[in-house]
Amino acid sequence: MSSIHVSTTINGDAVDYVCEPDETLLDVLRNRLGLTGAKEGCSTGDCGACSVTIDGRLTCSCLVLGAEAEGHEIGTIEGMADGEELHPLQRKFLEHAALQCGVCTPGFLVAAKALLEKNPSPSETEIRFGLAGNLCRCTGYDKIVRAVMAAADEMRSA
Amino acid sequence: MPLDNTPENKRKFAVVGSRPLRPDGVDKVTGRAKFGADAVAPGMLIGRILRSPHAHARIRNIDTSKAEKLAGVKAVVTRDDFPDHSRGDRGLYDILYNVMAREKALYEGHAVAAVAAVSASVARQALKLIKVDYEILPHVTDVDEAIKPDAPILHPKLITEGVEPKPKKASNIARRYEFGHGDVEEGFRQADIIVERSFKTEATHQGYIEPHACLANVGPDGSGELWVCTQGHFMVRDTCANLLGINASQLRVTASEIGGGFGGKTTVFIEPVALALSRKANRPVKVVMTREEVFKASGPTASTSIDIKIGITKDGRIVAGDATLRYQGGAFPGSPAEFGGMSTFAAYDLPHVRAVSYDVVTNRPKQAAYRAPGAPMANFAVESVIEELAGKIGMEPIDFRIKNAAREGTRASYGPVYGPIGLEATLAAAKKHPHFKAPLGPNQGRGMACGFWFNFGGQTCVSLNVVADGTVTLSVGTPDIGGSRASMCLMAAEEFGIPYDKVRAIIADTSSLGYNDVTDGSRVTFATGMATILAVRDAIKKLCARAAQMWGIPEDAVTWEKGHARPAGANAGNFPPLSLKEIAAASGGTGGPIAGHTEYSADGAGVSFATHICDAEVDPETGATRVVRYTVLQDAGKAIHPEYVEGQFQGGATQGIGWALNEEYIYGKDGRLQNAGFLDYRIPVCSDLPMIDTVILEIPNPGHPYGVRGVGETSIVPPLAAIANAVSAAAGVRMTSLPMSPPKVLKAIEMAQG
Repeated sequence: MSSIHVSTTINGDAVDYVCEPDETLLDVLRNRLGLTGAKEGCSTGDCGACSVTIDGRLTCSCLVLGAEAEGHEIGTIEGMADGEELHPLQRKFLEHAALQCGVCTPGFLVAAKALLEKNPSPSETEIRFGLAGNLCRCTGYDKIVRAVMAAADEMRSA
Repeated sequence: MPLDNTPENKRKFAVVGSRPLRPDGVDKVTGRAKFGADAVAPGMLIGRILRSPHAHARIRNIDTSKAEKLAGVKAVVTRDDFPDHSRGDRGLYDILYNVMAREKALYEGHAVAAVAAVSASVARQALKLIKVDYEILPHVTDVDEAIKPDAPILHPKLITEGVEPKPKKASNIARRYEFGHGDVEEGFRQADIIVERSFKTEATHQGYIEPHACLANVGPDGSGELWVCTQGHFMVRDTCANLLGINASQLRVTASEIGGGFGGKTTVFIEPVALALSRKANRPVKVVMTREEVFKASGPTASTSIDIKIGITKDGRIVAGDATLRYQGGAFPGSPAEFGGMSTFAAYDLPHVRAVSYDVVTNRPKQAAYRAPGAPMANFAVESVIEELAGKIGMEPIDFRIKNAAREGTRASYGPVYGPIGLEATLAAAKKHPHFKAPLGPNQGRGMACGFWFNFGGQTCVSLNVVADGTVTLSVGTPDIGGSRASMCLMAAEEFGIPYDKVRAIIADTSSLGYNDVTDGSRVTFATGMATILAVRDAIKKLCARAAQMWGIPEDAVTWEKGHARPAGANAGNFPPLSLKEIAAASGGTGGPIAGHTEYSADGAGVSFATHICDAEVDPETGATRVVRYTVLQDAGKAIHPEYVEGQFQGGATQGIGWALNEEYIYGKDGRLQNAGFLDYRIPVCSDLPMIDTVILEIPNPGHPYGVRGVGETSIVPPLAAIANAVSAAAGVRMTSLPMSPPKVLKAIEMAQG
């Protein structure tokens, strides 16, 4: 297989890489670029642990080929904090103990950020359906939902 | 160890019981935390495993010659690369056989060969070039089918243990257990009402979001390093060393951050394979399971078939309980039949009780521990019958349970006499909880259940160092699966009398600490916590000795209080207190670094009880169930970090909800798993659930200085029954088979309506 050259933007930085035609965007992020915040939980788009944004749209990076990122803007968990300032969602996840093992956490944060950008004042039900594409096996989601509600409150009043 | 926190004399804690941020938190919300699959090494190869497509087949021959010739392939291993070093240790031999199939493949997904190659795609191609010659054999996957006399036999030498006289013929029943006391037949003679019912539960998977992953980096002599997501890296080291015939001290195992385990990461699957590939290739090899492999080749829990018979008097006293429980645990002995049998009637004070349980093998993946292994299924059966009996005599189920509840002094159905336990407290708290009296909507039903787990202590080794700047580094050997580093820092800070943020905990590798048992049995906050407290006390002794030296007074004239050394009394001299920081700063001139250490085998893990209340709504047209309200009330002994105690309650309840309503291993007639993915094996998602209310009760465990009881496992025990009782109430028909999927509930409703 001949490799493909891809030019893209990741977390605001111009990034070029080469990948094989059968490599997913998740493979590229993790194995070629060292961005291991996105996790592979299933590789079938069912668990959301690999969530990223492509041009602002929430996507499972395991369902996109690396070659398809050409010319697009990718957002990953590594770009969520602003320097040493954590994003309100990151802070609220910590304050509300919304993680136990933490392996689903990057995906939840990326998904929650995308949700709040579309809907800054979601109801509990809207949060629950908005995050239904992300699996967590540790928490029972209670503290995750509360953390997202608290972050939404803070972001609205900021 | 003396208890400083008793019901009569509650200790006032400075930081224990508060809710600080966890020390590993920032790494986990920024993506920096390194999990099993996140490690790389220079020159690293990718390992992949070829698995049997057949449920039961003799392996006549494995031809790897074409795969070995493929460009980029650096090593291929088969059963020939795993000689038997087990020396008659049946358990170890079974692990070896499970890690790499030998004369037969015993389930679909059983490993038969593995390759290491320069890339994942080359490794995948190489697997396709391996030719395995199978002779397909008849298979069995159902527990009741497997114990029939004409069932296909998995192991021709498996003779049932625990039966007298010893059977002469091999069967799929590995062992029989029996627990109880009194005379069950006499008990039933005293009964006015007897209910007898049979139940079935399906196998469910722990469902951790992180698949098994490891990175092996060893030389041709087997010495080197292993990075792995596991609940117990010392167990991984010892098991791998035994399987591969190397000295354990040659292998340094580091536990990565672990993306969930729930018991499923308390054994080895891919680790010996990665080590064998790395040894053969003389290169680092990373092996990561796919989700399909996780479902097909790592441990789900057992499926069961259970018969329960309980007799009561008209005034609501249970006089006899009898249970027969059959647990299939996949292709090798070791299903949780023993724990299941022991826990069956543990919540009740019974004069006559018997539980007989069977460990059964079938052509399914070897089961692994799953949160309170064996208990949820038995509890589902018993608590369903309890609810039904209460109904028969017109007694409130909660009052019926209170009347028969085990309490301090009760002889448990599995043998011991209980010390102080919290079952009655959880029932009383449930009765007072607003949920208990809240009105129900149309098509809704309320159910409840009590549950129990033993909890465990085990071998533990902890070291800490007092740093010259007055902070403390704490090294523990039990992987942190849900926030335990925060709890350890809290207990160390409490015992030293210093702020929480002055202590930093890490999970040390196998070469840096003595042996630690696996993170299991809800043991870490209890046992590692106790070892941490002891290590602090060890360090305090040394801090006091240094202060004595600085003051020029005898060591025994110094006491420790709130982070400071103080003269023990007026006779000791008049010196201003020395803080930990001051003593640490001077340590270079008073004898060098100051450390604390413990080696410990912890006894006295207090049992933990819980009561759960569930409201379920059943759609009579589709049979679909929704949990609309859920409350967990559980005894934590002492909650060190209440936020993560609540998290354990909520997480266990949610796994129970999945088990009760959706999750099941579905096998085709060909013995192949039909739903090896998260789309078809559906674990609860956020939109399925309500908030999970929690109530933490604290009945101190006399076996821990702060009163801690393990909390992680009890929370998955009551949900199956609580939900089944709620669904049965809502649907108007007793549900006896899990999962209560919509077609099953609909069918039950239609049958009941005739």
